[in-house]
Amino acid sequence: MNWINNVVRPKITNVFKKRDTPDNLWHKCSNCGEMIFHRDFAANLKVCSNCNHHARLETDARLGQLFDNNQYTVFDVREVQHDPLKFRDQRKYPDRLKDNRAKTGKPDAVTVAHGPLDGTEVVVAVQDFAFMGGSLGMAAGEAVVRGAEEALARRCPYILVAASGGARMQEGILSLMQMPRATVAVQLLREAGLPFLVVLTDPTTGGVMASYAMLGDIHIAEPGALIGFSGPRVIEQTIREKLPEGFQRAEFLLEHGMVDMVVHRHQLKEKLSKLVRVLMHRPGTDGSMTHIPMPVVSDEDAGTPPAVI
Amino acid sequence: MHTYLEFEKPLAELEGKIQELKGLAHQDPSVSISDEVEKLEAKAAQLLSNTYKNLETWQKVQVARHPNRPHMIDYIDQLVEDFTPLCGDRQFGEDPAILGGMGRFRGRSVVIMGHEKGHDMESRMHHNFGMARPEGYRKAVRLMDMAERFNLPLVMLVDTAGAYPGIGGEERGQAEAIARSTDRCLSVKTPSVCVVIGEGGSGGAVAIATASRIIMLEHSIYTVASPEASASILWRSSDKAKDAATAMKVTAQGLLDLGVIDRILPEPIGGAHRERVQMIREVGDAIEEEIRGMEGLNGDALVKARREKFLAMGRIVEE
Ligand SMILES: [Zn+2]
Repeated sequence: MNWINNVVRPKITNVFKKRDTPDNLWHKCSNCGEMIFHRDFAANLKVCSNCNHHARLETDARLGQLFDNNQYTVFDVREVQHDPLKFRDQRKYPDRLKDNRAKTGKPDAVTVAHGPLDGTEVVVAVQDFAFMGGSLGMAAGEAVVRGAEEALARRCPYILVAASGGARMQEGILSLMQMPRATVAVQLLREAGLPFLVVLTDPTTGGVMASYAMLGDIHIAEPGALIGFSGPRVIEQTIREKLPEGFQRAEFLLEHGMVDMVVHRHQLKEKLSKLVRVLMHRPGTDGSMTHIPMPVVSDEDAGTPPAVI
Repeated sequence: MHTYLEFEKPLAELEGKIQELKGLAHQDPSVSISDEVEKLEAKAAQLLSNTYKNLETWQKVQVARHPNRPHMIDYIDQLVEDFTPLCGDRQFGEDPAILGGMGRFRGRSVVIMGHEKGHDMESRMHHNFGMARPEGYRKAVRLMDMAERFNLPLVMLVDTAGAYPGIGGEERGQAEAIARSTDRCLSVKTPSVCVVIGEGGSGGAVAIATASRIIMLEHSIYTVASPEASASILWRSSDKAKDAATAMKVTAQGLLDLGVIDRILPEPIGGAHRERVQMIREVGDAIEEEIRGMEGLNGDALVKARREKFLAMGRIVEE
């Protein structure tokens, strides 16, 4: 790959600058304009080998990245009400769904699976921006809930990779109600003492951000990801000011205390593995035991000073 | 001075004529107008009733935003004795877009909070048009904690176009604040009642609306995003707000049909803004009734029921 980068790439870049990029062969980095051979780009988990820009990763690649040897089982998700508003904007909602299903090969924006991550069983939910902007509709909400139920049943950690523009407008208020629904799911995990880890990817905004994506025990963000409540355009229109450089990017959230860490995609699995092992009282991958004293205080007791007689 | 909505124009003309006649009679007491006034008043009453019986969605949006509609402050004034407003999130600041505190409601101690939009330019600016920043939601969490600690029923009045989109709010974690407020609202071990009194807009509303019982006033609206925002997302034009509101079924009836709210409270003929005192009293009656209905339930049972209620939304009921 380096050979391609350093030697062949500059020449090829020049050649292709003159005409349109055949999109089946080459990927042009949206950040630096670098031309990358598609296969290499995929092998690099869609991180630009030139500038480290993290492009959006589709569901299967993400699941493949996190689970050992690409071994995982996808859960079926309970069926939800079908187009309850009989919604139509410029197009009928069922037609949009059909197109997005064909495009992504997924029934909706969130896919949940379980399998081993560095040998530790985990449930992973992946939200795919390619499916109607990762919008949170009933099916996506149900998938998030289903993932929590599976993690509870298996007593294992729940890792959620978020990416969403916000609500599924075509489902109206029922889309908004996925915020409390997913929140209930998070509460159940919390009460069961199971880790809920959130990976915030580009972009995570709106109702997803203002519910489960900000309720993780640990928040990990991918470099450069746009993360926030209101979209930047809405803020600009409201305050009629230009937004500062780096506003609502992962690094900005780290600085403002909203995420625990910004992790390069290539280190994500390793980081998650370390975290779930410690949280689940498992030995490290090198066989060393974690020596974490188990607190025995309940929530109510925490912070109460010892009784004085 | 009464503010007439666009669709109330014929009514405005009729009522204007009545006022004119009355003024005339006042100047010259020899003119007998009582018959004519009576006739016009009957006609106006009929028109008002007919208009409000069949409001279209977009008309309801306008009524929900009517400047004379009773606001949070009006409900507190009329319903809560010994009200003490509490301020601040103990972390950064005080947000007057959400008011809250404790007091006595019909003989019971309660915690009450809600969005306040303001009633004139100065107060609207002060309350930021009811659009809260993170501090508002963090104050709400404080109040919910207090309701649970002192075993007080929790009353929440929703009236906001949405949370405020701004730089400071994003820096201080608007999304996190909303998420935590929703979270706390779902877990609070005390009876909670939410009334959508005007506009329930998006996450900024939901943060204090995940109550045990959810009531909407007849002409209030509750939306995933304001009709204007929905239109600009879906139609790429905020001029389509009317279509968006209609398509998204934002009315109380729409939400009841979808199983998202528990109850619709009828409004006086002509809307809440025409009979404010009556409306506020009836909201009080409904809140009292709902709190009574939850009396005797323990905290865990309340939380369990609340969770199940939300989890059931949008699910297909198995026969
Ligand atoms: Zn690049």
